Amino acid sequence: MAKRVAIVGTGQTFHKSHRPDVNGQELINEAVRAALADSGLKMDDIDAVIIGNMDHFEGINYVDCWSVDGSGATMKPIFKITTGGTTGCTIAIGGYHLVASGAFDRVLVIGWEKNSESDTSGAITTAFDPVWDRLVFAGAISGLAAEAQAYMARYGATDKDGARVSVRDRKHALNNPHAQLRKEVTLDEVLASPMLADPIHLLDVCPRTDGACAVIMASEDVAEKICKSPDWIWGTGNRHPYAYLGDADYGRLTSMKRASTEIFKKAGIKEPRKQINVIELYQPYSFAGIIWIEDMGIVEPGKGAEYIGSGATDMGGELPINPSGGVISCNPIGATGLIRCAEAAMQVMGKAEGRQVPDVNFAVSTGFGGCWWTDMVLHGKKKPNY
Amino acid sequence: MDRAAIIGIGMTKVESRKLDKTFADMAFEAVRKALDDAGMTIADIDNVITTSNDFWDGRTISCMAVGDASGASDKNISCVEGDGTFGAFYGLARTLSGSYGTTLVTGHSKGSQSVSSLITNAAFDPIYNRTLGADMITACAMQSNAYMARTGTTPEQLARVSVKNHGNAMMNENAHLGMKLTVKDVLGSEMIADPLHRLDCSPVSDGCCAIIIADEKRAKKSKKKPVWIKGVGMCADAYFLGDRDLSRSESLVKAARTAYKMAGISDPGKEIDLAEVYDAFSYQELMWLEGLGICADADAGKQLEKGSFDIPGRLPVNASGGLMGGHAVIAAGLYRIAEVVRQIRGEAGAYQAKKADTGLAHGVNGLAGQSHCVWILGKDR
Amino acid sequence: MADIFKGIEPMVYKSRISVPYHWWAGETASRFLVALRDEQKILGTRCAACNKTYLPPRKNCPLCFSASMEWMEVSNEGTVVTFTVARRQLASLPRKAPVIFAMIKLDGADTAILHYLDGVDPGRVKIGMRVKAKFSKDRGARMQDIECFVPKGE
Repeated sequence: MAKRVAIVGTGQTFHKSHRPDVNGQELINEAVRAALADSGLKMDDIDAVIIGNMDHFEGINYVDCWSVDGSGATMKPIFKITTGGTTGCTIAIGGYHLVASGAFDRVLVIGWEKNSESDTSGAITTAFDPVWDRLVFAGAISGLAAEAQAYMARYGATDKDGARVSVRDRKHALNNPHAQLRKEVTLDEVLASPMLADPIHLLDVCPRTDGACAVIMASEDVAEKICKSPDWIWGTGNRHPYAYLGDADYGRLTSMKRASTEIFKKAGIKEPRKQINVIELYQPYSFAGIIWIEDMGIVEPGKGAEYIGSGATDMGGELPINPSGGVISCNPIGATGLIRCAEAAMQVMGKAEGRQVPDVNFAVSTGFGGCWWTDMVLHGKKKPNY
Repeated sequence: MDRAAIIGIGMTKVESRKLDKTFADMAFEAVRKALDDAGMTIADIDNVITTSNDFWDGRTISCMAVGDASGASDKNISCVEGDGTFGAFYGLARTLSGSYGTTLVTGHSKGSQSVSSLITNAAFDPIYNRTLGADMITACAMQSNAYMARTGTTPEQLARVSVKNHGNAMMNENAHLGMKLTVKDVLGSEMIADPLHRLDCSPVSDGCCAIIIADEKRAKKSKKKPVWIKGVGMCADAYFLGDRDLSRSESLVKAARTAYKMAGISDPGKEIDLAEVYDAFSYQELMWLEGLGICADADAGKQLEKGSFDIPGRLPVNASGGLMGGHAVIAAGLYRIAEVVRQIRGEAGAYQAKKADTGLAHGVNGLAGQSHCVWILGKDR
Repeated sequence: MADIFKGIEPMVYKSRISVPYHWWAGETASRFLVALRDEQKILGTRCAACNKTYLPPRKNCPLCFSASMEWMEVSNEGTVVTFTVARRQLASLPRKAPVIFAMIKLDGADTAILHYLDGVDPGRVKIGMRVKAKFSKDRGARMQDIECFVPKGE
């Protein structure tokens, strides 16, 4: 029989731009140890391991096999799941299914990246079709800039609206000791920062980070024995349509709309804005914070900027978004989506310390990557009734 | 277990160079065939797992190339990077989790497009040993020497694996390299890395394989008789080659034990009717058969000489020709699963095993068999 | 070919991925590499709980997951556990074939390391033979600071 699944422990490194003091396996090990300590489990208790990152960011082939000294998977089942930027959330979904299948009671999920070890933009460029798109595409930012331009043209938003999102996340990061960038900025500072790709300023975008995150998932048979109030997974979903650069609907994130609609329907969430208490959004640049919450159904299309400007998504607001400081404050790519999952779990479990949102019943975490792809997890305090 | 079954398989022909097909073209062909085999349309597929590797494909986020071609543009999808048996394991989990009634699993590779020696060299640790320049062949050659020294397995016995599998491949229309060989041919072929001759090594090929996994409810509706998944197990050994006793495959022993326990198998040598194992190199077939407990330690070479693993033998091994007959890396383990399904259905034609009620399929990740995945499939519930 | 493409000229798009990498060795590997360069010493780490000395050195014990590892110098002499002779000029080889790769268990270590074996006829290499590290004159804190292993006493 299929099992219900809960997160019973999380662990993260203290994310930095460079971690020359550890190699990749050792970085992974820090997150694994932290997650084991958080859950009170030992490596012997773990039945299987899933790991994810992006190959060309470290240039290590067969990472699952290479990782075992750090991931603890020697003489255990381990495999690798990788889907680009979405990886961190995709592996969380993987952990969910492995436990839900009844095959394993306790699964360790690990996302990691040492972005300092390569040329990230160079590696990302190889994601695009070698014949059609690769030669004209420069890293990740050009596609994001095209999205922001299209949205602004369609709904009349300004670069100030984007900057407001960055101000929010960078302020939130002050509460998160794990975040890489912890410095408050003003709207004017964001707008005055160097223009990278119109309309995206330097302070609108995420950094490159070395870091790892680990999450332990357990079946309903053991979850509550490990953790008094675990974080129950209510639903997972994703969409990875492939588009050549010219195929995307610039200014809308269709994959988010489809994945969130599917999950909310399953969980019986009719008014996400009211029923969800906190969101950890994989938001690699500020404008996404406006656009994608519209696609998630939090507000109507075109109303995102106004909602954020009202302070509703700040700490203390109606629906705080990215209490952790989000991706703009910290981005070890293969781990980034799993950090969103871990942070959402901590909110539900009441373990978020200085960044805790009060009384979280439902939380959402997402992943973004590939070519306009979305992965998503719905977390809840109560055990799902299905 | 009996809670999920394989209800469709689709294989492209394995070839040395598919100049006329992109990754997406290959995936589309394999998926199309699997759907036809199952009597389904793409609308009957609830979710998709692709299996690929960024190094082999020369592309970051290599799964991007095949998602839509696998019919996943508006479906839940994920990608396992590793052998297809591991992708299929995840596909099985997604079916058993109750989330999806059917899961399509694909695995693809075009080894012809790059240089396997450089790609597998990248599996070595960059700090301690990559720059020394070893690769998959040299790592496996060291394992072969260690295995032969410990067990007394001979070069002639290795050569016989190659003779058998290349010969079997002649009967398989999907195989890349069917050849009538003699032991002398193998031993006389170029020595690449002692003790492995050119004909002890599988080729590097292009191909894509797709399978459809269904839960009990959906399996009952399938066009053909479902092939039931009786047991699955996987396990990884230590990473550094020097941490392992290379002459043994402890992780395979453990993976097999898990799968057998699930399938209720206590004497694999008697209860399994046929096996498709990961024979990337000739010695591996023998070493894995021992690790799988299909024959006693150090006995596989002797059993092979007696003809036990020939198609008319006691337990046919790689009746399809195995990896020797065609090795689309990453897809290779998925081909093994599909070939076992063919046997159990009685569809294997000229290479059909006499008795095929219970079959074993096997895949490998990493250098020199570090990580293994074992599948037990059965005709009856 | 022509019949595959039905008259269309087959195009092949050539490229290569050349992303520069610099791998941080980390504290543990750095200590090992510096000792190799400056003192021509080979250091492993030992897990007291498992009573096992690892080479390459591990920061954490991969078996029992303990983080308390102690540094141990191991001998520069050891035994060939297994080997191969790469005879074809494989693309990954940085030297001219034939190249002898060997797994060598140094005295005092419980795990073997991968390295080259030189100074012996490829046909005369045997599992179990005793070998000794030959250090490079030009050392740069790399595994190649050991130039190769050679049969002991030769």
